[in-house]
Amino acid sequence: MATSIPRTGQGGGMAFGGDAHAHHDDRTFLRKYIFSTDHKIIGIQFLLMSLLFLLLGGVLAMLMRWQLGFPGQPLPAGGGMLPETMAARGVILPEFYTSLVTMHGTFMVFFAIMPLLVGVFGNYLIPLKIGAPDMAFPRLNMASFWLAVPAGFLMLSGFFVEGGHAAAGWTSYAPLSANSEYSGVDMGQKIWCVSLIVLGLSSILGAVNYITTIIQLRAPGMHWFRLPLSIWSLFVTACLVLLAMPVLSGAIIMLLFDQTIGTHFFLPPKGGQPLLWQHLFWFFGHPEVYILILPAMGMASDIIANGSRKPIFGYTSMVLAIIAIGFLGWGVWGHHMFMSGMNPTLGTTFMISTLLISVPSAIKVFNWLGTMWEGNITFHVPMLHAIAFVSMFVIGGLSGVFMAAAPVDIYIHDTYFIVAHLHYVLFGGSLFAIFAAVTYWYPKMFGKLMSERWGKVHFWLTFVFYNCVFFPMHQLGLQGHMRRIYDPNQYEYLRHLQPLNTFISISAFCLFTAQIIFAVNFISSWFRGAPAGNNPWLDNGLEWTLPSPPPHGNFATVPTVYRGPYEYSSPLVEEDYLPQDRQLPPSPGAPRAPARPQPPLMPAPHPSSPTH
Amino acid sequence: MAHSLAAVPDVMQPPPDREFGAGVYNEKVGMWIFLGSEVMFFTALIGSYIILRVAHPDAWAAPGKMLNIPVTAVNTFLLICSSVTMVKAFAAIQDGNQRLLLRWLIATVLIGASFVGVQIYEYTHLIEKGFIPSEGLYGSTFYTMTGFHGFHVTMGVLCMIYVTWKAFRRKYTAQDHRGVEVIGLYWHFVDLVWIILFTIVYLI
Amino acid sequence: MRDFLSWLLPPGASTFTGEIDWLYNTILVITGIAFVLVEAALVVFLVRYRRRPGRRATYTHGSTRAEVIWTTVTALVVVWIGLASAGGWHRIKARDAAPAGAYPLLITAKQFEWHITYPGKDGKIGTPDDFTVRSQLHVVVNRPVAAVLESEDVIHSFFVAPWRIKQDAVPGMRIPVWFQPTKVGTFELGCAELCGLGHYRMRAVVTVHTQEDYDRWVATRAGAVTASR
Repeated sequence: MATSIPRTGQGGGMAFGGDAHAHHDDRTFLRKYIFSTDHKIIGIQFLLMSLLFLLLGGVLAMLMRWQLGFPGQPLPAGGGMLPETMAARGVILPEFYTSLVTMHGTFMVFFAIMPLLVGVFGNYLIPLKIGAPDMAFPRLNMASFWLAVPAGFLMLSGFFVEGGHAAAGWTSYAPLSANSEYSGVDMGQKIWCVSLIVLGLSSILGAVNYITTIIQLRAPGMHWFRLPLSIWSLFVTACLVLLAMPVLSGAIIMLLFDQTIGTHFFLPPKGGQPLLWQHLFWFFGHPEVYILILPAMGMASDIIANGSRKPIFGYTSMVLAIIAIGFLGWGVWGHHMFMSGMNPTLGTTFMISTLLISVPSAIKVFNWLGTMWEGNITFHVPMLHAIAFVSMFVIGGLSGVFMAAAPVDIYIHDTYFIVAHLHYVLFGGSLFAIFAAVTYWYPKMFGKLMSERWGKVHFWLTFVFYNCVFFPMHQLGLQGHMRRIYDPNQYEYLRHLQPLNTFISISAFCLFTAQIIFAVNFISSWFRGAPAGNNPWLDNGLEWTLPSPPPHGNFATVPTVYRGPYEYSSPLVEEDYLPQDRQLPPSPGAPRAPARPQPPLMPAPHPSSPTH
Repeated sequence: MAHSLAAVPDVMQPPPDREFGAGVYNEKVGMWIFLGSEVMFFTALIGSYIILRVAHPDAWAAPGKMLNIPVTAVNTFLLICSSVTMVKAFAAIQDGNQRLLLRWLIATVLIGASFVGVQIYEYTHLIEKGFIPSEGLYGSTFYTMTGFHGFHVTMGVLCMIYVTWKAFRRKYTAQDHRGVEVIGLYWHFVDLVWIILFTIVYLI
Repeated sequence: MRDFLSWLLPPGASTFTGEIDWLYNTILVITGIAFVLVEAALVVFLVRYRRRPGRRATYTHGSTRAEVIWTTVTALVVVWIGLASAGGWHRIKARDAAPAGAYPLLITAKQFEWHITYPGKDGKIGTPDDFTVRSQLHVVVNRPVAAVLESEDVIHSFFVAPWRIKQDAVPGMRIPVWFQPTKVGTFELGCAELCGLGHYRMRAVVTVHTQEDYDRWVATRAGAVTASR
């Protein structure tokens, strides 16, 4: 068991790679950092890639918000740099706006949130948390990343082709997406298809790897019901990716054939069915929704237990809830199609199944509250984000009940109420959990602590402006404000909403600006952060027994696991945490084991103290 | 890399010093899981086919009218034979018989490749007859489904050539023949899919 | 407070208003209570159980009784919401929901306009005295309308906010939609499904007449058969 502190990167060098470990590592730079098969490096590669796409998705959102907040006015900065096909004299054109809507959704869902949750933390956490040396198939893992990168760049290239980028929404409803005569976009739409097929392959390879690794490579004693909830949720997520992505690939292949070789799957003139696309898309799309929230739930559970210094409340029911969501998620896709012309009798079925799936989500919320109840809550930055995750997910979950009730959905379907709901789940839920997870595992990834002070500033600004942006969207929707419209002032009954739209836009710009703090903190801590030590958060997980960053191959000897991951404040030991691999004297009723010396790693061992 | 699987003597067993997982070695688990994904892919294609066909039965020609069933039946028989040769190859290496393994693998590659060849021959004839993907729903679904199956067979043949090359270099033994078993799983799956496709696309 | 910050739906103008607004308000109350309880509990826990020197968290792994209680209560509430919604959904959307004798209309959507075909004097669609008007929907107050939605190109969505009605128009399908306006006046019909770059301006004016007004309007129209394409 390595207890020495890795003092790598003290002089400001890049700290990942983790070669403070004793044995010699003779891989070349290229094999070590670029075409690495080490799951930790691949996780970090995914992190950097998807943060860049997150930034891009944010920029696209800002452009949209400019048009909605200040319709018809030229962009204040950089508008002149956009070509005339996007913005005429700085004023965003309707066709560019629909591309922005489409690509904001596409980049955020497929290239930011999904890889951030599954690609980054699936890779980084699974082997470390289950006590494995690496993934079951390291080379497949590398292939998965190096398929995602070209998919991302291909998607990016769509902005620069003639006709502009795909403009049929991230859902790409046929026939708008299937025939360039309807959308005016030809090449962009095809690029969208090919990129997502490649990304789908990447995700499937990743999922095969995650599932195999979790089934096969758990350390002795790490039985299924000792797995951290993050791993449970990543496991179920990987199953969803595995089974949902091929359906999307199949559907997109048919769409691509409709666009290129003249097939008729979704084009009505020769009998194709537009609703078939929607059924296929949402059969993938609703499991996808859970792909985007389950890992967030799992990692938030880990962090909330740690921050509360208390075992997770109702571990078994949390696991069962994850599994239940994984199963029920397959039977609810029709609720996206209440207004689609699908048989209304099916609508009733989907309404009931949709309402039922809110039960496991509610169970999770209650269990998080139960975890904090009578805890000893530490407000470190990851915990703040995790708390925000819970409170915002509650809003997103409750607003979902409105649209699950089909008659109410008649009114709010395709309005800003939906936009508000999905952002409360995807930003308020997933993204806050991602901020929590990144700040929580950053010390392990890079061996450095992020600044707590700037982390808190970033958290509060994000939390406040986030709510200023998305909460009023409920009201917009209630007034009947449709989604995806370039200029709401075309409608008389929406004109009085302009001040609200302007307020949302200004808040959005502030929200975007606040993220600069995170970016600066992320980068500067990499170079100048205080050394993290093995276990800065005093966590029980196996990864915290390793040096930060862990060496290639992770564990010098296979760890043995004696208990679950949430044994905080256990009466068996003096300190308020009890690592999973720590062996206690045979009789648990016997006097307390002597406290192991706290790792003498940080100048101030308490995680919430500022480090800068 | 103390835990590298290559360092472990019996690699056809589940990873040692680990919690009990699926009870078999990693590559086999991985292939099973991947095949789960493949099932969903073909389900999407076949499901779409069924939905479109039920909605527009008149867009399909009567069985045998457009497609040449006898030729495809022979082709189906070929593919089933290749599954048999695959089983033979696996049985051979279980006994440690390198020569027999190589012989059966080559047979599988050749039969698989000739299946693709017959399919290409079939395509060219159909296209000459004016039966093209843009003809209607019939053409759209026919070429997409059989085409993607053909793509899978082609990928299988390519992997099989790699396995054969490794067999030629005597990389497989009675103790470790994971590659043979794993490609065999894939091969049988692709066969099974074809039997379903042949039934619903050609015979019904 | 400005009206646009209200949590209530704006005033309605069709027979669906009562049902949908009641359901909306009911869910608002239920979710509102859940929201307040959960967030209040969260804040109380955060303050009360914040870290203080010398304290130690209670070591517990949960409570089966609590799990059973909150699972059951949540399940009962959502199932009740489902049952309460099913009837309304059926009355509004079922294929045969339109009352007998409803006034027929054919609404054809195309990029980026609405074509409304009126039955003319005989009250039947598909006869020579039909006439089509672009981007103007005229109906009679308190008279149920049974429209058929069609699309010529891509998917559009028929949305009249005060009527609480929305229905996609899908090419290749004829989708029935019915409604019964209850207020005379002018409203707006919008497209709620992204249908291309002109989606934002795919708007039509809705005029709800009294019967006499409507007859007068039909008379002016029927004279000059409008082939507005």
